[in-house]
Amino acid sequence: MASATRRLVKPGIALAMLAPWLWLGYLIYLETQQMGSGLGPDPVEELLHHLGEWSLIVLLCAFSVTPLQRRFGWAVLIRSRRMIGLFAFAFVLAHAGVYAVFYVELNWQLLLDEVVKRPYITLGMASLLILTALAVTSTRGWQRRLGRRWKGLHRWIYLAVPLALAHLLWLRKDGYADLVVYSIWAAVMAGERFYSWRLRVQEKTSPS
Amino acid sequence: MLITKPPLIPSSEITPESVYHDRRRFMGAAAAGLAGLALPSASLASLQPADTQQAGLQKDDEITPESIVTSYNNFYEFGTDKSDPAAYAHTMTTDPWTVTVSGEANKTGQFAFEDIVKGLDVEERVYRFRCVEAWSMVVPWNGIPLKKILDQFEPTGNAKFVEFETLYRPSEMPGQRGFFSSIDWPYREGLRMDEAEHPLTLMVTGLYGKELPNQNGAPWRLMVPWKYGFKSIKSIVSIRFSEREPINTWKQLQASEYGFYANVNPNVSHPRWSQATERRLPSSLFNTNRRPTLMFNGYADEVGHLYAGMDLRKYY
Repeated sequence: MASATRRLVKPGIALAMLAPWLWLGYLIYLETQQMGSGLGPDPVEELLHHLGEWSLIVLLCAFSVTPLQRRFGWAVLIRSRRMIGLFAFAFVLAHAGVYAVFYVELNWQLLLDEVVKRPYITLGMASLLILTALAVTSTRGWQRRLGRRWKGLHRWIYLAVPLALAHLLWLRKDGYADLVVYSIWAAVMAGERFYSWRLRVQEKTSPS
Repeated sequence: MLITKPPLIPSSEITPESVYHDRRRFMGAAAAGLAGLALPSASLASLQPADTQQAGLQKDDEITPESIVTSYNNFYEFGTDKSDPAAYAHTMTTDPWTVTVSGEANKTGQFAFEDIVKGLDVEERVYRFRCVEAWSMVVPWNGIPLKKILDQFEPTGNAKFVEFETLYRPSEMPGQRGFFSSIDWPYREGLRMDEAEHPLTLMVTGLYGKELPNQNGAPWRLMVPWKYGFKSIKSIVSIRFSEREPINTWKQLQASEYGFYANVNPNVSHPRWSQATERRLPSSLFNTNRRPTLMFNGYADEVGHLYAGMDLRKYY
């Protein structure tokens, strides 16, 4: 890849990740102009679903960076990994924020009750907690401070992704086409990790 | 010995949409300050709330815009998105429409839809409509009390329940062709006979004074206003009288979440969400229009006696 093209990769990804925000902003703007014109008759539900869907997609994008880089040698991707991860976190945070503001109306006791009582919310919240820890420790400073442990901490993404998928599966009533696509996507990326880990183990143990 | 009958609601007590709208004109006039000049205000005050309460409507129940009622639907035969039915239901052929009547009745067999409804008066009823997903609407339905329809088939003493089925026609219903659906088509619903014969239970053939659109369940669908929306089965092709409680589709799919009765009940929470409140549509980001959910969707006085002595936590 030419260096000029390489320089465009990160801004290109940033633009792609910004697009859903701009789209949602536009829909909300339409709502301010005329009720129902942007997000329909039940806009809160629509907003929650949009944000949830993008959370999962961008989270899967972040989960795909390392395997893609390894398979195809796209080193440039790695430099965007933190940015993609932070975008995913922003979507998840907004998704949970819409839930907290519009559904439990900032009633923290009720929120706690719901988290305990409803398994899909428990799973979603667990995923959010993990992603919060990853987002906070995503800076160079934390990377340095945590040293070797940083990598171990960030492997919690292996749990955050299936939790997010289970969250959606549990709340879905019927119609699983998108879930199948997301699950295959996650499985392929997890499979690549497993495969390359086994290769590394074999290299270490086999006599050279 | 005193034999009491459960109180029935005469249709005269249910406000037609025209009168309902008229009340708004009164209110508008009052707001404009005309009332004080033209009418004694006392008569105005006594007129307005009495009408709506008799209809089972709350003072602040406003009729949902028709465009929402016909574009925001759960009709999984056409897809799981709320907008799918409005987009795809036009492919459904509703004429001719044959209905199979079977089970514990004297007159069973195949009937043309027109022949069943011929000669029966269509009434207008404004009902609250509460979905199990915690949103609600207020809809002016046009229809025939279900009892009048069922009586034609002369159900026998063995008929304790009535079961309905929606059309199964994958060629016209993309949702039924879906590979990733776990619903065992056709969609099925049922009522206990006394629920079916209750005067509030309506077989709907239209809304807003117009023919029933396909996405709302043409040519006819059930409307049981004190139950969650999924009980009100659409595009019915089969009526079966039975002695035993039928298995309805959602109960079959997830019995821990959906029961046979599905009465609107703010005190029994759905495992996935609370039923204590609902979003009255149209809702907006700036005002979610959230309101407390009423027992039996606000029809407790009319239907409460049907469930006297029943544990509604068990029979949800």
